[in-house]
Amino acid sequence: MVTVTINVNGEKRTASVPPETTLLRLLRDDFNLTGSKLGCDVGDCGACTVIVDGKAVNSCLMLAAQADGRDVLTIEGLATMDRLHPIQKAFEKYASLQCGFCGPGVIMSAKALLDENPDPTVQEIRDALGGNLCRCTGYVKMIEAIQDAARILRDEPVEINR
Amino acid sequence: MNDTKLHLIGKPRRRVDGRAKVTGQTKFADDIMLPRMLHCKLLRSSVPHARIVRIDATRALAHPGVHLALTGKDFKVPYGILPVSQDEYPLEPTHVRFVGDPVAAVIARDELTAFEALDLIEVEYEPLRTFSTPEESLEHEDPRIHEYGNQGNIHKAVSLGFGDVEKAFAGADEVFEDTFFYQGNTHLAIEQHAAVAAKDPDGKLVLWSSTQVPHYVHRALARALEMRAAHIRVVAMPNGGGFGGKCDPFNHEIVVCKAALLLDRPVKICLTREEVFYCHRGRHPVLMRFKTGVKRDGTITGVHLKTVLDGGAYGSYGVVSTFYTGALQTLTYHIPTYKFEGCRVFTNKPPCGPKRGHGTPQGRFGQEVQLDKIAEKLAIDPAELRLRIVEKPDTLTANYLQVSTTGLAECIRRVVAASDWRNRFRKLPRGRGLGLACSSYMSGAGLPIYYNEMPHSGVQLKLDRSGGVAAFCGATEIGQGSDDVLVGCVAEILGIDPMDIRSVTGDTDLTPVDLGSYSSRVTLMMGNAAIQAAERAREFLAEGVSRKLEVPKGRLVFAERRVFDAEDPAKGVSFSEAVCLAEAIFGTLGTTGSYTPPKAVARFKGSGAGPSPTYSYSAAVVEVEVNASTGWIQVTRVWIAHDIGRALNPTLARGQVEGSVYMGLGEALMEEQEFRRLPKRLSHALVHKFPSILEYKSPTALDMPEVITELVEHPDPSGPFGAKEVGQGPLLPVMPAVANAVYDAIGVRIDEVPITPEKIIKALEAKAAGKPARYGPAHFPDVPWPETLQVPPPWEGGDGKAINAPPRPSKELARKSHAPEVVQS
Repeated sequence: MVTVTINVNGEKRTASVPPETTLLRLLRDDFNLTGSKLGCDVGDCGACTVIVDGKAVNSCLMLAAQADGRDVLTIEGLATMDRLHPIQKAFEKYASLQCGFCGPGVIMSAKALLDENPDPTVQEIRDALGGNLCRCTGYVKMIEAIQDAARILRDEPVEINR
Repeated sequence: MNDTKLHLIGKPRRRVDGRAKVTGQTKFADDIMLPRMLHCKLLRSSVPHARIVRIDATRALAHPGVHLALTGKDFKVPYGILPVSQDEYPLEPTHVRFVGDPVAAVIARDELTAFEALDLIEVEYEPLRTFSTPEESLEHEDPRIHEYGNQGNIHKAVSLGFGDVEKAFAGADEVFEDTFFYQGNTHLAIEQHAAVAAKDPDGKLVLWSSTQVPHYVHRALARALEMRAAHIRVVAMPNGGGFGGKCDPFNHEIVVCKAALLLDRPVKICLTREEVFYCHRGRHPVLMRFKTGVKRDGTITGVHLKTVLDGGAYGSYGVVSTFYTGALQTLTYHIPTYKFEGCRVFTNKPPCGPKRGHGTPQGRFGQEVQLDKIAEKLAIDPAELRLRIVEKPDTLTANYLQVSTTGLAECIRRVVAASDWRNRFRKLPRGRGLGLACSSYMSGAGLPIYYNEMPHSGVQLKLDRSGGVAAFCGATEIGQGSDDVLVGCVAEILGIDPMDIRSVTGDTDLTPVDLGSYSSRVTLMMGNAAIQAAERAREFLAEGVSRKLEVPKGRLVFAERRVFDAEDPAKGVSFSEAVCLAEAIFGTLGTTGSYTPPKAVARFKGSGAGPSPTYSYSAAVVEVEVNASTGWIQVTRVWIAHDIGRALNPTLARGQVEGSVYMGLGEALMEEQEFRRLPKRLSHALVHKFPSILEYKSPTALDMPEVITELVEHPDPSGPFGAKEVGQGPLLPVMPAVANAVYDAIGVRIDEVPITPEKIIKALEAKAAGKPARYGPAHFPDVPWPETLQVPPPWEGGDGKAINAPPRPSKELARKSHAPEVVQS
C-alpha cells in the first residue's frame, strides 16, 4: 500500500491504496468524486480528464502515487458556491452535452485550454478536444460553448447567475 | 385547450437535466457505490464455436476474497429480447457461439480479485466448425449454431411481393442492378455497460442498470430468474450513450441479480471496453442487391431488393432487423411495385442488433447511391429527379405504410439552396464534390416487441398543495432529452416553468410503463401521454379556479405560473393556489395519460416492422475533398434539413441532428466492426480485429466538419404539439450523400461502407485499367428464399392481406401458444 496525499479541489485528502491504483480510481473509489468517468481505462476516450497542476491529464493513465503532493482539479471543483464556471454555464445554455458521460472530461480539457490560451481559434479548440471522444453531439455545440465561455472570460466582469 | 399560443414549446431553452450534466452530478450506473457491495466479472468464451465438455469453478471459489462462482447450471431458463428468439442463457451451459459468450461469473470483494479468480476457472471445450461469414453459414447446414430458425444456419428468410416487379421491369425504359455492401459497426457509447443489483430487506430485487429498455429487462429478469415480476424493480439510470447498444437484456444484468439474491449483498458489474465490443448488438453487415426499373423521366416502375444480414451468434432483434432492411424504402419515393427478400444468417461473431436507424441505413445507402447512378444515366439532376418522384402526403405505400405529412420536398429544396447545389454540383474542380441523399424514419414503432393491446407509453402526474408537480414515466433518458420532453409538455399545458417539475423516469416500481428508448418512439408516444395527463390535471384545476373566480373554464389561461381570465389577465390565482382550490374539491390530485399507436393497415405476416404513427424526412448535401494520390477524404461541410413536424426544444433537436451527422460520418468513413482469425498455431479463434477505442476509429473533434442544420416544421397531427422524431432519421442520408459526393469529386463509385482511402485508390486503379470505375461487391450469394408472400398494393385493390398466405391461427390461439412472429422494434 502507498499513502497518497493530494490537494483535490482545494481540499487536502489522504488515502492508502495499492500501488497500482490509478488517480481515477483514487478519485472515484476512495474520494467518491464520481464526476470523472471511466470509459476505457487506457487513455483512449478522455472521459476521465482532470487538471493536475494546471495541465489536463487522463486520470486513468496516472498512478495515484504520481499525483502525491500535487493540485488536482475535477469537475466537482469547478463551480463555486455562488456560480457555475463560465464554461459550465455555456455548456448548459447550448445544451452542449447530451448523455453527458464525456462532459466532465470535455469541460476540464476546455478549462485547461482557456487557462493557457484565453482566445483560442476554432482549430485550437478542436485540438484541445482531440483526446475527448463524444458520441452524441458531433462536438458542434461544445465548440460553440467554449468560444462563448472564452468571450465571457475575456470580457470580465460578467455576472453569471447560478 | 383554450389558448393555442405556445409559451414554451418551440423555444430554445436549457434542458432540465443540463445542470447535473455540466457539474458532473448525473449519476450513471457505474457511479453507484453501496455499502457491502461486491464486484462481479464474467468469464467469456475464448473459442468461437464449441461444446462445453466440462466447466469447473472450484478453484475460483477457493480463491481468497471470492464469495460466489456461477456457471450455466445455475440458470435454467433462456431469454431474449424477442418472443421468437429466446435463445440466450445468462451463462451458457453447453454450447458457446462466439468469442465473448459468457460461461461463468465470479463475485468477489473487489474487481481485481474477481479478475484473478476468472483465471482459475477450468473450461474444456470441444471445438465445432466456425462460421465467419454469411457465405460459409449459407453453404453449411451443420453444425447448426442454433437449433431453431428457418433451416441450417439461416435464422430468418423472408420474401414479400407487392405487385408484379417483373412486369414493372419489362415496362421500364432502363433497369439498374447494383450490389452494395454495408459493413457492420458498433455504438461505442462512451459509458461501458454497468449494473448494480441488490436485495431489499423483504426479499425483493432491485437492479440499477444502464439500459434503454427497463421494461423489457424487467420481463427478462422475471423469466430468467423464475421470479415474480412484481418483486423485481428495474431502475434505468441515465445512459452514458445508448444508440441501440443498451436495448437488449444482457447476461451481466441477470447474473448480478442472481448473485445479489444468493449473497444478500449488493453486486456490481462494469464491463470493460473490450467486453462492450463483444456484447455489440450493433449494425448488421448487410450485402444487398437493388434492381430498379425507371422510365426516362425518372419515374420508378418497380424495385426488387435482396439483403443478406450477418447476424452474429444470437437472435437479438435480428428478425426485426431483417424486415427493416427492406421496410422503409417506399416512404421517400413513389414505388408502385416492390419486392423484398431478406435473409439473416447466424455466424460465430458477437450478435448484431439495433443501432441508430436499426436495419434501415444499409438499404437506404444502396437505394440513394443507386438513385444517383440512375440520375446520371438519365441525365437528370439528382435533386430534380428526387423532387419528381417524392411520395405524396396522405398516401398508403405499396407495402402499406401510412404516410401522413411529408416535408421531404422542402428538405431537398432547402439543402439544395443552402449548398448552392445548382451552381456547384458536377461543376467543382476535380477532387472536390457534392453529394445528395434523402431518407425517412419512423416516429416510433407501431407495434410493441411482445404482443399486447396495452398502451405503449404511460405518464402519471402528481400535484400537491405546495404547487409541486411530479411527472412519472417509464421512459429512459439516454442523452436524447426525454426527461426534457416529458417536463416540457407538462409545463406547457399547465403554464408553469419546466424547472418547477420533478421528473421520475425509467423505474419499473415507480413509473408507469413506457416501452423504452428505441425506434425513435419516446417524444411522440410519451409526449402524447404527457399531454393527456396534463390536460386532465388542468381540467381539475380549471374547475377549482372557475368556481373561485366565477369565470367560465373555457376562458381560463394557464401561463406564467398563474391561472387567469383571458379577458382580464389581472384576475387570476397563482398556480399553487389553483392546485389548492382543486385539491379542496376533488381530494388528492393525480392524473394519468396513455398513448397507443393507431392500428396499422397492413395485415400480412411480416407487416409488423415499418408501421408508425408518422414518419420524419431528411435530406442532406455533403461536400468532400478527395486526394487522388492518397485517397484521403475530407468532409468539409454538411447541409442537412430535417422534417421534424415541430421542434419541441430546438436546442435539443439541433443537437440530435448534429449528432446524427457525426455518427453517420463515422459510419461512412471509418467505423468497422471487423473480425479476424487468429493464426492456426494459436487458437485460430475468430476475434474482434480491434476491440479498443483507439483502433476502432471514430471521428474526433478534429474530423468533424461544419454542419448547417435546417429544421422543417409543419406540425404533424399525430405528434405532441406536432412533433416527429429527430434522433435517428438524420443519420440515414449522410452515408449515401458521402458516397455520391466522392463520385462527384473524383469519378469513382464506392458501393460500400465505410468509404476508405484504400478503396478509393483501388477504384481509381480499376478505372485506369479500363475496368468499371468502382469498388464494391460483385456477387450476391444464392439464398433458398421462401415462397413470396403476395400482397397486392393498395392501387391494385389490395386490402393489406396476402393472397397466398396459409391460414393463420386465430388470434385467441396465437395468444395462447406464442406471441405472434410479427414483432417490432
